[in-house]
Amino acid sequence: MTMKNNELETKNELQEKSLFDKTVGRRSFLQYAGAGAAGIALVAAGCKKDRGYEDPTMNGGVTLDFKNDIGVLNYAYALEQLEAAFYIQVANSNTQFTGSNAAAKKAYFQDIQFHEIAHREFFKAALTTSAIGSLQVDFSSIDFTSESSVLGAAMAFEDLGVAAYNGAGPRLKDGNFLLLAGKIVSVEARHAAYVRDLISNGSFADLNSLASLGANNSAGLDAALTPDKVLAIAGKYVKTKISVINL
Amino acid sequence: MNIVNILEEIEKVDGEVYERLNPRRAAMKSFFNMGKKISLAAMPLALGSMFQKAYGQTALPTAVVEVLNFALSLEYLEYHFYNHCIVGKTAGSSVTDVTFNFPNAASQAAITTIRDHEKAHVDLLIGALGSSARAPIAYADTDFRAGGAFASVYSDYNTFLAVAQGFEDTGVRAYKGQAGNLLVSPGVLQTALQIHSVEARHASHIRQMRTAAANGSAVYKPWVSLGASGQANDSGVAAVDAVYAGEDLTVQAGANIVGIGGNAGITKAAAVESFDEPLDKASVVTIANLFLRDGKKL
Repeated sequence: MTMKNNELETKNELQEKSLFDKTVGRRSFLQYAGAGAAGIALVAAGCKKDRGYEDPTMNGGVTLDFKNDIGVLNYAYALEQLEAAFYIQVANSNTQFTGSNAAAKKAYFQDIQFHEIAHREFFKAALTTSAIGSLQVDFSSIDFTSESSVLGAAMAFEDLGVAAYNGAGPRLKDGNFLLLAGKIVSVEARHAAYVRDLISNGSFADLNSLASLGANNSAGLDAALTPDKVLAIAGKYVKTKISVINL
Repeated sequence: MNIVNILEEIEKVDGEVYERLNPRRAAMKSFFNMGKKISLAAMPLALGSMFQKAYGQTALPTAVVEVLNFALSLEYLEYHFYNHCIVGKTAGSSVTDVTFNFPNAASQAAITTIRDHEKAHVDLLIGALGSSARAPIAYADTDFRAGGAFASVYSDYNTFLAVAQGFEDTGVRAYKGQAGNLLVSPGVLQTALQIHSVEARHASHIRQMRTAAANGSAVYKPWVSLGASGQANDSGVAAVDAVYAGEDLTVQAGANIVGIGGNAGITKAAAVESFDEPLDKASVVTIANLFLRDGKKL
C-alpha cells in the first residue's frame, strides 16, 4: 500500500480494504456503514485520482490492484495486450496455414488480430492515465512456423480469455464496465470456438475439455477462473512481472 | 450496540464469518449500498438483513428472478428448437416433419451438443429459481415456422441453420443486456456469464456450419460482422433484421474503434466484429414471440 497524502484517500482505502484484515477491517466496516451520501461522493472523487499502478520498486513490473474496477480493467488490458501481441507475431511470422481452407484461416487470423488490437487499444484509451504500461511478452514456447503450434496457442489464449472475463465480471461494480466486458467476452468465445473447430471440428464448446478452466459440462457452463489462476497460466507468456494485490 | 463485539462473538462459532462478509459477496454489496441511505439508528435492521443474506436464508431479489425467468424462456425456446430436430432424425420417432437430412454425422452431432447445452441451461435455471420458476414451455407452445415466415425450417437445412443462427446471436445479446441487473447477485451473474459465452460458442459454430452448407456461395464469419451492403444484419436473411439491430456500433464508451490507436487495419467491419452488442428485453421478447403461439407469448 502506498502512503496516502490526504484524508479522502485514506477513507477510500479503508472502505475498500478487505474485511479479512481484522484490525483495520472492523473499523473500516463501521466507518463505511456510517458514511453518508456526501462521504460516498467524496470517495468517488478520490477514485478519479491516478494512483500510478506501475510500482517503481518492481523494476519494470506492473501491479494489478483489484480493489476497484480500474484494477479489473487493467487486468483485461494486460490479457488483451498478450493476445494482440500473439496474433501480430503470427502475422509477422507469416505462419503457413494448410489445407483447402488455408486462405480463409489466414484471413480469419488477421480478423482476430485486429479484434484483439481493437480491444487492447480500447482499454488503453478508456483507462487513460490509470493504464498499466506495455507488457513484454515471451512466446519462446510457441513455434510460429508450425500451424499446429500456432492453433494450439491460439486456442489456449482464447479459452483462457473467456475464463478470465467470466471470472472477473462479477468483480466489477460498475454496470457500464460489466457491459463492455460482456461485449468483448462473447467475441473471444466466438474466436475460441472457431479455433477449436479448426483443431477438431465439433469441439467448439467441448466443456469437458475446459473443466480445468472452471467449465461444467453437465450444467452447460463455460470456463471461469479467478485472476490469480488466470495469471498463473498466462505467466509463461509474459516477461514483465505482474503483481496482484487486493484480490 | 457494539458491532465489533458481535462479530467477535460470531467468529467463535463461525470462523468463516469474515469470509461470508467479504465485500465481493452480494450481502455486503447490498449492505454497502444501503450504507449510503441509512442512519446509524437503522443499523440493527440493516445488519440483520446483511447476515440473513450472508447465510443464504433469503430468496433471490425480484429483479434477479425476473432476469432468470426471462433467460429460462429463451432457453426453453432454444432447447425445443433443436430437440425437435434431433428427435425427428431419430429412427422410429413419432416426429415426422423434420424432413431435411444432415450433410454428415458431424453436423448432427454438433446440433445434439447444442441441444444438450440448452437442456442443461433450462435445468440449471429451474434449479436456481426453485418455486419462482416460470411455467414450463412445451414444444406444442412453440411455432418455429413463425407463422410461415420460416415455413421450411424443418424441411430445409439452410433455413434451419439460419434460424439457429438467429437464436444463438439473439441469446448472446439477451444475456449481455441483462448482466447489469445481476450485479446485486455476483454468484448468479457468474453463472449467467458462463451461459452467455457458451451461447457465443454455439453461434460461432452455427455460422461455420452455414458457411459449409453454402458450399462457396456465401460466407458467414464466426463473429458478427457488417452485412454485404454495410447493414447491421450480416446473416443474409432480411427477416431477422431485428436480431442484429444496433450490432453495427463502432463507438464504445466514447472511443471510436475504427482506426483506434492509429491502426488502419481496424476498419468499420473490424470495429463492428470486435464488440458484440446487447439487446434490450423488449426487443428480445418481440423476437421470441415470433416463435411462440398465441396465448403463450412472453
